[in-house]
Amino acid sequence: MSARSEPGLPAPQSRTKKGQMTATVEPKPRTLPPLGPNRKLKLPKQAERTLANGLTVIAVRRPAVPLVELRLWVPFGRAHLARGVMLAQTLLSGTPAMTSVQIAAELQKVGGGLAAGIDPDRLMLSGTSLVTGLDRMLEILAAVLTSASYPKDEVGTERDRLVDRIQVAQSQPAHLAREALLKRVYGRHPYAIQTPEPEQVRAVRPAALRSLHGERVHPAGAVLVLVGDVQPERALDAAEKALGDWTGGGREVDLPPAPPLEPGPLLLVDRPGSVQSSLRVALPAVPRTHPDHAALQLANLIFGGYFSSRWVENIREDKGYTYGPHSLVEHSVAGSVLVAAAEVATEVTGPALLETTYELGRLASVPPKEEELEQARQYALGTLQLGMSTQAGLAALTSAYAGNGLRLDFLAEHAARLAKATVTDVAEAAARYLAPARAVTVVLGDAERIAPSLAALTAVETTSVSAATES
Amino acid sequence: MAARRSRIPATKYPVERFTLDNGLRVVLTPDRSAPVIGVAVVYDVGIRSEPEGRTGFAHLFEHLMFQGSENLEKLAHFRHVQGAGGTFNGSTHLDYTDYFETLPSNALERALFLEADRMRGPRLTEENLRNQVDVVKEEIRVNVLNRPYGGFPWLTLPPVMFDTFANAHDGYGSFDDLESATVADAADFFRRYYASGNAVLAVSGDIDVAEATELIERHFGDVPARPAPQRPDFTEPDLAAERRTSYTDRLAPLPAVAGAWRVPDPITDFAGYLPYVVLAEVLTDGDASRLVERLVLRDRAVTSVGGYLGFMGDPFDVRDPTALLLQAHLPPGGDVDKVLRTVDEELDRLASDGLAEGELARTQARMGTHLLRDTDAVLGRALRMAVLEQQRGEPGLLNELPRLVGEVTEEQVRAAAATLRPERRASIEVIPGGAR
Repeated sequence: MSARSEPGLPAPQSRTKKGQMTATVEPKPRTLPPLGPNRKLKLPKQAERTLANGLTVIAVRRPAVPLVELRLWVPFGRAHLARGVMLAQTLLSGTPAMTSVQIAAELQKVGGGLAAGIDPDRLMLSGTSLVTGLDRMLEILAAVLTSASYPKDEVGTERDRLVDRIQVAQSQPAHLAREALLKRVYGRHPYAIQTPEPEQVRAVRPAALRSLHGERVHPAGAVLVLVGDVQPERALDAAEKALGDWTGGGREVDLPPAPPLEPGPLLLVDRPGSVQSSLRVALPAVPRTHPDHAALQLANLIFGGYFSSRWVENIREDKGYTYGPHSLVEHSVAGSVLVAAAEVATEVTGPALLETTYELGRLASVPPKEEELEQARQYALGTLQLGMSTQAGLAALTSAYAGNGLRLDFLAEHAARLAKATVTDVAEAAARYLAPARAVTVVLGDAERIAPSLAALTAVETTSVSAATES
Repeated sequence: MAARRSRIPATKYPVERFTLDNGLRVVLTPDRSAPVIGVAVVYDVGIRSEPEGRTGFAHLFEHLMFQGSENLEKLAHFRHVQGAGGTFNGSTHLDYTDYFETLPSNALERALFLEADRMRGPRLTEENLRNQVDVVKEEIRVNVLNRPYGGFPWLTLPPVMFDTFANAHDGYGSFDDLESATVADAADFFRRYYASGNAVLAVSGDIDVAEATELIERHFGDVPARPAPQRPDFTEPDLAAERRTSYTDRLAPLPAVAGAWRVPDPITDFAGYLPYVVLAEVLTDGDASRLVERLVLRDRAVTSVGGYLGFMGDPFDVRDPTALLLQAHLPPGGDVDKVLRTVDEELDRLASDGLAEGELARTQARMGTHLLRDTDAVLGRALRMAVLEQQRGEPGLLNELPRLVGEVTEEQVRAAAATLRPERRASIEVIPGGAR
């Protein structure tokens, strides 16, 4: 780090007054105030019930504002990709009793709204309403879950919109880089392709959606989370009343475990004319419950997981190669992976890769300093508190945990592990998971301009966008 | 018969205000429901105040405020905030620039120290300036130059609608202007605009008012007093004739269009302004809104449509002149003229036939939820209240917004819709230049 120590402008001014009988006094340096005592992690009041139909309901109280957050996680692994995405796009498009416009209007009346989204693990229905509208929002949710009708016209409209959206996504470098990385990392696993091709979407018919809904949108294994200005037991009663009759056959589907990373040549995806290169590095990681997880999280923070990390301080604050580099451990049901991502100027793509490899290698080879670990630890512990301090944050956290078989009390367990991880633990985790020799690297950019500088550092395999991303 | 209304609840966050001897205004809003705090410092300077030849300077300067200060080395700010378990950022708007942290509440004094230190003076060095010019150029590449629809419409529509440099220019800045910026420019900008009298400090969350007041006196009390500069007059006349333009986006795969109409002064005519905030939601909030139902679901003329107040989507923290914006993405080969004609037709219909039973009430209920949800985040309250204090001297307005939105009448919404005439509209079309 090369911050200069000379004083900046405006220069500190002498505080002595003319005529005062003292020698010139330099402005006294001010010292950083210490932190007050740490607040203990306090879990909110909550309740849980598994209904007779197999649906798990978790209700969490945070009365700060008179709202309620809703998250319904329905396991959706190995579903047909284009049909799954279209199902999420049209789930709220109508029931025998209501059109899509009526569904939206009825929800609005109670300050509510619902949205559906999908990833390779789950279908997610999420919403927020005034707390007085909870019963109504649940009632409409139940109607959609039990009788979504996938009307032909609406399906046609949404199909076209989805195709347009995919086309726009495919013009965005971050999306293309992500697609190329997933395909490279996951090979033949269902996680490899997460965006359908337009022609696959065009082939989806309402009948296929109705049958997919019948097979997969069922309560067994699903988790409903309600967070807000509610009495947890009463919220459970409301959910049971509304969703107790939701049934559905279908089978449980397990995802195969994600394959281990297979390092190889850097994959260079050509995007001619690109003024930046999208650099993505995938590294092995472990699930939240693994004994190494806390130490890995801390190692990742020290490397590139927050602003005050080595990587960000190096390639942004020292060298100015990039704006927002970040690295993150991503947890999915079938496995976890660490992904480091940066958009760097085309002309410094090689140097940016060099610094990235250097920082990974340095942490994997030399233990971090005690104060680096303390700083990362405080950040990890503090942001746990911040994440729990809103209804929406609590809902997202509770749902993500529950979808992976965990409950909020895991937070306390995790905080304890973060608190006691040692420099040795973190150094060992870094050696095991952050070693650049284990990395899978993808760069999307103007190959003609960046290939030579990348090839100076590592073996490079160049490919086209379509070959790197299509199924 | 009036439709039965969902009562829109209000928040009752307490508000304490005071002003230090050096002119710094302070807002405190305690809430001890979670052990976290939000700290925000807002300076009354933004993109509109940039000098000609220095486009992007307000934003570049925002970056420089993180590069060390009187008692802090470069990188220290980030490390001290994150090392206390907190997060930070800053952002540059048309009329203000904010700096903020969310932290566990045991870090209150530390956050005050950090903000006071840079209010006394950032370390402005040639090396830090060059480094941050590079970083800002990468930010512009990520957000504008290397992606489809970059800067649409927030950077591309103002020059169509406005004639003065202040209102029309690109707030991210040209690379030429950014590269010409000097340390002397930065020192001058700081002296002029980053005055104690031109700033508001807001602290929200898990604080004791007496203790926080004492800490604020201790850390900010000796920040040298400098008065707020005179704020220039940025007003411009309304459009007298339609303005329409287009450009080719070489990365965009599909056409898009955005239109904007001037609205009443959000500060001096808040009652006249609010109906437009509601109108934008009546037009575009969800499947049951006017334009989504018509353009997306019925006509299939657009893929998506959105409507909002302010070029940066900032209905309650922008001054005059500002606008109501509508933007839409079209399917391949979509007809922009037809979309604009349909919008005009729907606005006419709204103005002449009024709203359907319950249409206004449900839109207001939904707006209430959005407003309440934003205030649940401790930082959201600090930031919002700081700007409301700065621009209106009324931070407690945050508690009143759901109710005020709920009191807007059908007549007011109709009257607002009636003013959105084509001859008052500025619009811009994106011609797709990117095929895959």
